[in-house]
Order: sequence, then C-alpha cells, then structure tokens
Amino acid sequence: MAISEKQVEQVAHLARLKLTEPEKQLFAVQLTAILEYAQKLNELNTETVEPLHHILPVYNVFRKDEARPGTPREEILANAPLIEDGQYKVPRII
Amino acid sequence: MQLYELTGHELKEKLDKKEVSCQEITAAFINRIEQVEDQIKAFVTVTGELATQQARAYDDAEPVPGLGGIPYGLKDIICTRGIRTTASSRMLENFIPFYDAFVAARLAEHKGVLLGKLNLDEFAMGSSTEQSAFYPTRNPWDLERVPGGSSGGSAAAVAAGEVAYALGTDSGGSIRQPAAFCGVVGLKPTYGRVSRWGVMAYASSFDQVGVVSKDVRDCALVMNMLAGHDQQDSTSIDKEVPDYASFLTPDIKGLKIAYPREYFQQGVDSEIVQQVMNALKHYEQLGAIIEEVSLPHSEYALPAYYLIAPAEASANMARFDGVRYGLRDQEADNVVDMFSQSRSVGLGDEVKRRIMLGTYALSSGYYDAYYLKALKVRRLIAEDFQRVFADFDLIVTPTTPTIAFRFGENSGDLIAQYKNDLLTVPINMAGLPGMSIPCGFVNGMPVGMQLVAQPFDEGTIFKAAYAFEQTTDYHRARPTLGVNING
Repeated sequence: MAISEKQVEQVAHLARLKLTEPEKQLFAVQLTAILEYAQKLNELNTETVEPLHHILPVYNVFRKDEARPGTPREEILANAPLIEDGQYKVPRII
Repeated sequence: MQLYELTGHELKEKLDKKEVSCQEITAAFINRIEQVEDQIKAFVTVTGELATQQARAYDDAEPVPGLGGIPYGLKDIICTRGIRTTASSRMLENFIPFYDAFVAARLAEHKGVLLGKLNLDEFAMGSSTEQSAFYPTRNPWDLERVPGGSSGGSAAAVAAGEVAYALGTDSGGSIRQPAAFCGVVGLKPTYGRVSRWGVMAYASSFDQVGVVSKDVRDCALVMNMLAGHDQQDSTSIDKEVPDYASFLTPDIKGLKIAYPREYFQQGVDSEIVQQVMNALKHYEQLGAIIEEVSLPHSEYALPAYYLIAPAEASANMARFDGVRYGLRDQEADNVVDMFSQSRSVGLGDEVKRRIMLGTYALSSGYYDAYYLKALKVRRLIAEDFQRVFADFDLIVTPTTPTIAFRFGENSGDLIAQYKNDLLTVPINMAGLPGMSIPCGFVNGMPVGMQLVAQPFDEGTIFKAAYAFEQTTDYHRARPTLGVNING
C-alpha cells in the first residue's frame, strides 16, 4: 500500500497544494505509514454495518425564510487581500 | 493567596461582596501575564487595554450573575469581532473577524473580561502546540514539556494563573488532553450542546467548544453561560439546558461507574493506570459501584479518526484560497497557481499532511476502502458505548496514555504523536460528553482522569467530578512557576 511520489503529486494537485520535492518525498513516506496503520480497520467485518454520518439524530433543519439585515459589504471586504470597485480581484481566469 | 490564584467563583464572591473591584482583579491578571508570559507563551494576542475597559464598565454597572466580570481567554480559533483571530496560522496572521462567535458573544453578554486569544496547534491540528505557526506554548509544570494540544494555550494559561478560565475546542481530545497535561479541569460537552458558529471548522462532525478551568464549579458556571440552542449552527440541539451548578452535590452513593479494560492496557503508562485505579477505589469508598466492562471497538477509533477527521479537514480547509481573506501569494499570474501557492505558503506541515490524507481518502477509488469503512467502524464504536450506558451512569478512564512529553520527543514518529489521542478520540467518535480532572502526579507532572457520560448527561459528569474534587486536593495543586518573580 505504498504511496508513490507521483500519487502525492496527483493528490496535491487535487488539494491545490504546491509541494517542494522534499515535501513530496516526506509525504509519500508519511501517508504510506498512516494508511498502513489504517489497514487495522480491515480486521473488522463491516459488511452489514451502516456508515455513521451524523452522530445525532438531526436531519434537515429549516428556518423561516425571512429577510434579515446582512453584513455591510465593506466589513466583509476589509479582510480581502485584493479588491477593486467593491469586489474581490483575482488573476485572470480565462 | 494572590487574586490570580483564585478560581472564578472565588473571585466572583469577592466581587459580589465588593471586597475587590473588577478592575483590581483584571489588573492582577494583567500583571501576572506580564510576569510569566515570556516563559509560558500561552497567548497569541493579549487584549489588556480592552480588558481594562471591560473591567471599568463592569464596575460602573449592575452586577451580572454567573461568572460575569471574571477575566478569561479564548482559544484563537474562536472569532472575535475586531480582534485578530489567527488559528495560529500564517494564513490568518492578519485576519480580523467582523463578528463574534456565538460563544464569544455569550461571554461578552455576561460581562466577562477578555484578556486575550490563546495559542493552539495550527487550525487545532495537533496535540502539543508545536504545530503553532508562531511558537510553542510551554507547560507551566515543566517548561521543557509541552502543554498538550491543540488547546494548549488555554490549558497553560489557566494553570499558570494568566486567566481565570478559558474556552477551547475539542475534536479528538484537544481540551481534555491539555487539561490533563496541565493539571486543570477540561470539559468537552456533548456534540451539539454548544454552538460552533464562528468557530473555525477543523473536523465538523467532531468539533465541539468547551471549557478549561481550575475547578469543577467554574466549569459548571461557564457551561451555564455557553450551552443552548443556536439557529446559526444546524448541528446545535434544541434541548433544555439544566443549571449545571445544581449537580454539584457530593453524594454519589449508588452511582454506577464502568471502567473499560481496553483503556487500562497496553500503550498506557502503568503509573497512570495506577493513579486512575486509585481514583476508582476512592469512588468506591464514596459509595459508587465500580465494574470492569469492555469497549471492544475502541482500539479502532484512532485509525478511523485519522481517516474521517482529515477527510472533513480537507473540505473545510478548501476555503483558504487567498481570495476572500487570509494570505495570498501575490506573485502568481494565474488563478490556480494563486490558490496553490497561497495555500503552500500559508499553511503548515501538519495541516498540509491532513489535507493530503483527507483528499486521498475521499478520492474516487479509495472512498469506499478508507472513508466509508471508517464511518462504519464509527458506528461500531458508538454502539459499544450505548451498550455500556444501558447499565452504567458513567465511564472512567485515564485521559492520556502518558504524562506531558518533552518538546520534540515524538516529532519523528507520526503514529506515536497521534497516539496521544488514543483514549480521548473514541469519545468524539461517539459524540459523548467527556471531562478530564486532575487525579494525581507522576514524576511531578499532573495526571488526568476522564469521565464520560451519555449524550446530554453532562450533569452526571459534574456530579461525579465534584464528589472527587471535594474529597481530594489535586485540583488545588499549582505549578511553582514564577514563584521567585516578584511573588
């Protein structure tokens, strides 16, 4: 169950992380170790067990759809790294 | 006895009797922070000026019940309006929230005095504060040792007398483990009991806000301020909140306590086992009924947790993309590079590792084998607890397998690091309330005992913890830190 550096690269791309070569080597070793540890779960037969997604018996939670005051735009934008004309600015996408 | 050494309720009594003003109490804590913070490094941000203003406002107005007016600290993952909230990450080094988390607002409504924001492992991922992007916090009992984590700043600050109490968060042991390492009380309430709104998410199906305090009464009084339904958190439960202080009665005759043998076996330091067994004998002398039980699936909790929690973390961390807040790499000339480079510069090793692991466990081809498998095991673990609670009121275990370890001691071995959470993770897997209280010392370092009850039965935990505390002195022990520094 060894994770190769190539696989690390693929996962890093999915996760939008840019890793250095030493990081790739380290993560390949460490992810392999953790996934090997996780093999312990295979000692258990879970064929008939339902996965537990939510620990509490809470299902859809609804509230009335009523208009409420929102947060002023300038407060939200105050933490943005780069804005222009009251909007987030990012590098060219297409 | 200095003011900073007192518990919150002792301070409150003096405050109510007008023996001392809120400003004097606050000044005593600020002074204490100035004396010892260089050694402890519990804070990311000290808000001394704000605290002084809040104290003056308290003195000028009508007294507030509960722990109103008592100075506290917040783990720096809990958003505070107008006060920098970093999650101890470079990513959010300059982030200033425009709103208060539900729990921060609750304490503000009770006229608490905020002394500052406390250090943690980055985004609550870690067990030592060594993963803080800024600096590690030190254990007040031995500065060469970690305070535990991720709420290490919260536990160290309480133990060192820098705050009267603190809030932390606990997803796999992050309140109970540092509380045990620092010799203080730490409660992780039932999942859903306290709103998570405004608390940065790590692993959403585990995260819960809780309390670090010097004694059980303070913990109950703080829970009275925090617990309750919040519409803004869809996992917050609309269920009546009892007065937790009403459970603080010393009589526990007939209380049925189970101790699961798996939590006293291999991997747990024998001296710690001995201390907790002594505590169980003590409970027996107080009239409790003690029996050994088995929780056979608990040994699978840790590997299952380290698949589910990173999976959730990888989704939660996706929001940090350098667009709306947080660090942005300004060099990138296309948007994908901007995302990737911002995240790579802004996030630390452990966060990246968990994002990678979670992304892998959720990726197509591996989802069933890892993530889904772990969720199935999670059910088996939760069912074990249900079976035991059909016959028992309380489960007692050690909180941690070892005493606080030295800095760097586990740095080479990831699995060894993760095993700090061996005895606390199963409780989060089942969503149960759990508390760590001091129950002894090994090599001069505090040992914690973990009390676990059924969902929403924090009351039984308070009752049993209080009975222990009333008949022992462990909670009164304080580190001698700073004893030679101007008293």
